[in-house]
Amino acid sequence: MSDATLYGLCGAVLVGLGLFGLIVHPQPLRKILAFNLIGGGVFLLFGVVARRGAAAGLGGDPVPQALIITGLVVAFAATALAVALLLRLFQETGRTTLRLDG
Amino acid sequence: MAFDIGLVTLVLGVAAWTIGARETFAAVVGFVAYGLLLALVWVRLAAPDVAMTEAALGSGLTGGLLLGASTRLARTDGPAAIEKPSAIIRLAAAVLCTLVSAGLAALVLLMPEPAPTLAPQVAANMAATGLGNPVTAVLMAYRAIDTLLEVVVLLLALAGMWSLAPDRLWGGFPGPRHQDDPDSVLSFIGQLLVPVGILVGIHIFWVGSVAPGGEFQGATILAAMGILAMMAGLVGAPAVSGRWLRLVLVVGPAVFFTIGLAGFAMAGGFLAYPEAHAKMLILMIEIPVTLSIAATLALLVAGPPERTTQR
Repeated sequence: MSDATLYGLCGAVLVGLGLFGLIVHPQPLRKILAFNLIGGGVFLLFGVVARRGAAAGLGGDPVPQALIITGLVVAFAATALAVALLLRLFQETGRTTLRLDG
Repeated sequence: MAFDIGLVTLVLGVAAWTIGARETFAAVVGFVAYGLLLALVWVRLAAPDVAMTEAALGSGLTGGLLLGASTRLARTDGPAAIEKPSAIIRLAAAVLCTLVSAGLAALVLLMPEPAPTLAPQVAANMAATGLGNPVTAVLMAYRAIDTLLEVVVLLLALAGMWSLAPDRLWGGFPGPRHQDDPDSVLSFIGQLLVPVGILVGIHIFWVGSVAPGGEFQGATILAAMGILAMMAGLVGAPAVSGRWLRLVLVVGPAVFFTIGLAGFAMAGGFLAYPEAHAKMLILMIEIPVTLSIAATLALLVAGPPERTTQR
């Protein structure tokens, strides 16, 4: 098994772990955290695709690598917006529950 | 290989901690460690540019943002515990997530041989951009439209965040007021680190044309220095209605878009560069874009306005 395959399997497990956290955690902040964990796994899978595309003296395919950088920045922007929404909810209601009846 | 197995074990362990930790604060600390370990993974995958972005943005700025939020929401940990889903739902979720992981793992093991790649095309055409770093060449030339849209997305996220402020605070100062205590350790570290950090940020941006680095990595470090200076009370957070601030935020996307449009006249396409001036044009875009990204990232961490401009 190559190194790239090993990291690819790691990415696959990370997506599953993050998805589990996203489903079972009731707190929205934990869901945001779990979502970022999934993001890390997805980027890692994409990074393995880049690594496997090593050619022409480059250690990896630079096109997916550049897209991962773009993805990381957008993920940060989305996280910042999600946290701001959550803090506003807390400010308005004093709670952070997502339950409709709560 | 032994190192890689150890690293993967650590990444998975820290990830499991982030999901399983009882307290949110502890989970966020786990997430910061997760980001730093992922940066090491990126180095092992021969992607140093991604490693720098992951360490600075994925771990650093995201971690800071989430730590701040978890402290403010610390009191909600207790009440949320009673909302925990039942054992059956947890079991079903575990089965579903295992299936998803297994499916992805199968895809990893069944990837096509030989692997598809655009690396030869990038290597063959890189000389036309005058850049020595293939990732920067992709970001600024072949996929420049993605980068332009990304800068706009950052700006939209900031506009969305600001519009969450209550009406009376609109246009005010973001975040709580930080008192400047000249004798505090934070103030000392701020004075010591900020000038050095600004230099490092500019350096990483500048070498990005030939070596790992670039505008996103440099801008993130500059943003971190801005946040540190604000937290140490060395500078006050600017009012979000400030004319200069607005100008700094839009100058990057505006210049990017203008040069992109000029591409129609100069080289026959949106964001096309004439070969003789490609490097100069890319630099003309990168400098204001770095400034705008740095300001946007810092303000995204600072949050929506919380104090009015009226005293």
